[in-house]
Amino acid sequence: MWQVAEVAELIPETPRVASLVLKVPDWPGHDAGQHVDVRLTAEDGYQAQRSYSIASPPEESRLAITVERLEDGEVSPYLVGEVKVGDRIELRGPIGGYFVWKAGDAHPLLLIAGGSGVVPLMAMLRHRSAAAAKPPARMLYSSRKLEDVIYKEELDRLAAAGDGLAVTHVLTRAQPPGWKGYARRIDREMVSDVAWPEEPAPLVFICGPTSFVETAGGLLVDLGYDPSWIKTERFGATGG
Amino acid sequence: MAWKVDLMGFISRGFRGKRRDNVSSARVPPGQHVVADFPVLSAGPTPRPALDEWTFSIVGEIDEPKRWTWKEFRALPSETVTKDIHCVTKWSKLDTSWKGVSMDTLLEGVESAADFATVFSDGGYTTNLPLDDLTGSKAWVVYEFDGQPLHPEHGGPVRLLVPHLYFWKSAKWVRGITLQNEEQPGFWESNGYHMRGDPWREQRYWGD
Repeated sequence: MWQVAEVAELIPETPRVASLVLKVPDWPGHDAGQHVDVRLTAEDGYQAQRSYSIASPPEESRLAITVERLEDGEVSPYLVGEVKVGDRIELRGPIGGYFVWKAGDAHPLLLIAGGSGVVPLMAMLRHRSAAAAKPPARMLYSSRKLEDVIYKEELDRLAAAGDGLAVTHVLTRAQPPGWKGYARRIDREMVSDVAWPEEPAPLVFICGPTSFVETAGGLLVDLGYDPSWIKTERFGATGG
Repeated sequence: MAWKVDLMGFISRGFRGKRRDNVSSARVPPGQHVVADFPVLSAGPTPRPALDEWTFSIVGEIDEPKRWTWKEFRALPSETVTKDIHCVTKWSKLDTSWKGVSMDTLLEGVESAADFATVFSDGGYTTNLPLDDLTGSKAWVVYEFDGQPLHPEHGGPVRLLVPHLYFWKSAKWVRGITLQNEEQPGFWESNGYHMRGDPWREQRYWGD
């Protein structure tokens, strides 16, 4: 059922990415990793719908989505650029019951993100951070350049909390002076450096563009991971 | 109900949208938009089965289960069809061309009282359909897209094609169907998505 949400806050994340913090009066709650459908209606009744991952953890009362502005897109240039605090948008959700992580699952967690694919994984890390029991977690996060890294400061803060989270950044296109991290596309060596050993069976979430997800998932299977441990979500032209 | 009246007049301030004049709206179901490329969606890593071990089976409520090897399957009469496809994640792709075997051909001569089918795939994926949605020139088991062998990302070597339903019903990496007397929810159908998935009735999620 469609509901009306009010934009309570806009948070610029990178030059092309912003988070929209929404007040949703009758939000039924969600799991980390789920998404919402957003519907826009023009004055003449024309409508467009898109799906966006939820960035906020289940613990927060306000719902946040993080949107990357695609210049040739239809909905994202409206959500990142046109929308102001106080505007209302229609949404429904939460949607999706598979690509979700619930605190309490004790398997070591491996999160692999390409670009704005980090959004549902961030909801998982925020959820983990709020939970009493925290399984060890590793994130491998590939961006084009430093200024494209979404949630950079918050990820630094979460990783510095000393509660068993390590975040490894990859910058594929340009690196700042003195960069000591990975500076290439994801490959076998990188994945075997970052991934957990196969025992005890880790739980893996991969989200990013299709080719990134294909590569990362394939490399983990080659390393000996059971395909059933790996959950993937892809985006491509589905956005916009 | 008051909220409904309120929503009917809803307008997103300043939203104009990008209308596509070249697409007949009669071909695009509600809430969908047309894309030119071919997005990929799946819940896990891409399986890559060896063709010499590949089979396609019809099992379950059937007097004599059927099974084809890759060679036998490829020797069956094929059809080339051009169809519009609609993904529940909101994209539609028009005039896609596929080559494969009609489900009618595969079910020919099958004696069964079953009304439903669970389609199963490499990697453990399943989806459920009424048998009526698989018969009557509505469904194919396809191995070519656009004149080329079907790429693994898109479900190759072989996927189901049921273009009149949302595309998650068109199971990738399909290995067979189980005929059943009662409908049992498949993978996405157990995870919040509609049992039937008719895009023209916008049956996306539970409760639609």
